[in-house]
Amino acid sequence: MSEQTERVRKIRQLIAAHKRWDLFFSMLGLMALMVGVLTFTALFAQMVVDGLPRLSPDFFTSFPSRKPEQAGILSAWVGSILVMIVTAATAVPLGVGAGIYLEEYAPKNWVTDLIEINVTNLAGIPSIVYGLLALGLFVYQFGLGQSIATAGLTLGLLILPVVILATREAIRSIPAAIREGAYALGATKWQTTSHHILPYSLPGIMTGAIIGMARAIGETAPVITIGALTFIAFLPPPPVKAEAPFVSLEWLMSPFTVMPIQMFNWTSRPEAAFHHNAAAAGLVLVVMTLSMNAIAIYIRYRLRKRIKW
Amino acid sequence: MVAVPVPRAGAPDAADKPDPTKKSEARGLNFYYGSFQALKNISMPIYEKHVTALIGPSGCGKSTFLRCFNRMHDLYPGNRYEGEIMLFPDNTNLLNPAVDPIEVRMRISMVFQKPNPFPKSIYENVAYGLRVRGATKRALIDEKVEEALRNAALWDEVKMRLHDLAFNLSGGQQQRLCIARALATDPEILLFDEPTSALDPIATASIEQLIADLKARVTILIVTHNMQQAARVSDYTAYMYLGELIEFDVTDTIFIKPKNKQTEDYITGRFG
Repeated sequence: MSEQTERVRKIRQLIAAHKRWDLFFSMLGLMALMVGVLTFTALFAQMVVDGLPRLSPDFFTSFPSRKPEQAGILSAWVGSILVMIVTAATAVPLGVGAGIYLEEYAPKNWVTDLIEINVTNLAGIPSIVYGLLALGLFVYQFGLGQSIATAGLTLGLLILPVVILATREAIRSIPAAIREGAYALGATKWQTTSHHILPYSLPGIMTGAIIGMARAIGETAPVITIGALTFIAFLPPPPVKAEAPFVSLEWLMSPFTVMPIQMFNWTSRPEAAFHHNAAAAGLVLVVMTLSMNAIAIYIRYRLRKRIKW
Repeated sequence: MVAVPVPRAGAPDAADKPDPTKKSEARGLNFYYGSFQALKNISMPIYEKHVTALIGPSGCGKSTFLRCFNRMHDLYPGNRYEGEIMLFPDNTNLLNPAVDPIEVRMRISMVFQKPNPFPKSIYENVAYGLRVRGATKRALIDEKVEEALRNAALWDEVKMRLHDLAFNLSGGQQQRLCIARALATDPEILLFDEPTSALDPIATASIEQLIADLKARVTILIVTHNMQQAARVSDYTAYMYLGELIEFDVTDTIFIKPKNKQTEDYITGRFG
């Protein structure tokens, strides 16, 4: 009996010693986590403190100005939204099309492998390199100038690999049994793709596209490279007109600025008042990005609920 | 050791009919996954409006053989067929490269191992084969969907909720839905690939009953790893081993007095 008690005592001792390491590493992990979280919180808090007093309806409806208290982000947020429209209109169809081709149609050979590796690599190329490419191709070669179209296409190119990878990932998560089920009923490749593969992978594709856009909206380097102006005191021509054909694409060729460039411009001014403007614009940009991510998460959650394999 | 007793589910006995019509016939069928030969020189008939079961241990090629009938192997690269699978009465070789696999799949339906309904409504699942064939008339599709669901013994359970998501059905109901989906297009042959392996015993019994009922309408080829199931539902049985067809005969003969020693060992549980 006493031998048994001794045995239990030893086991308990051992467990206690092991649990001290548990505690130690959980503390270490918590500290590591806190370094990141607290830094982000501090930065965000700083931005809120600096910027929040500047946030007023006027801030959103005013053009930039030499007087910091009158300056606003009207041209910047309109520019950002218009650029995003062009980006989405290029990156989503091209990315989804390429993703579907690679997953469903492409023959499995070394050429396809090479393309796959390159698509993955493209996602890691520094964004300023895209800016340089766009300067040569869109601005000079295609003569699009320093316009919304150029910026939208550049950022579209930048997030294209993200959309392609998200599309492929989403398609791959569809079980082979579903695909075979469609084929077994006599569906062609396109019927299978359009009736099943595409609809079922849509949540994943949309999530990927929105996360790509959230990245694009904060991009500064490539937009500076293609020559976005920093002081724009006018809006692009409106996309709708009173007279036929009612739709106008003039805005595509308009000079523009975007949120991060407006911020960059303000931070490089010596006056402290402009720095508050920059913080306020930064706050708006962060909210824009976070809400895009939130939408992505919501879409994934809502649409995935219907589908359980 | 005595052979497994053979309860027969009140089905018309194949042995009673001296010469049933051939619906299909494999002739010298070889199949390769790349350089691996999965089927070796298989020749056997499939009789019209009868149930033919394919049995054998795992990896014997029974599913591979089944999937030749609707050219499922064409979906993946590196697969190769040799020999013929004839479809009667029109004498079409299903494996002829000139025959479009889609045409084959429009004539021969398949039910898979795990129920695989589409994440759509019950109605849309059954209607899908019709839609693929270009059906647009609402009344016609309604009628076909009801008929298929009735034939799959599912109508009474789902008629009030045809537009519910198919995933809300139980496993057994989902499998019957997949059978309805396969039936809606009036297939000439219905292929079953271990249709009850993912189901509980009660759902299994209902699927087996369904198969027994269905053979009045359609020729059935079923892969099963469950010998009792083969004995219960089939009129003919083929025993396969390592890609070869060891024995093909009337089910009663296979289970009561198989001619081949290997078959007997497998049937009696000494092997497999």
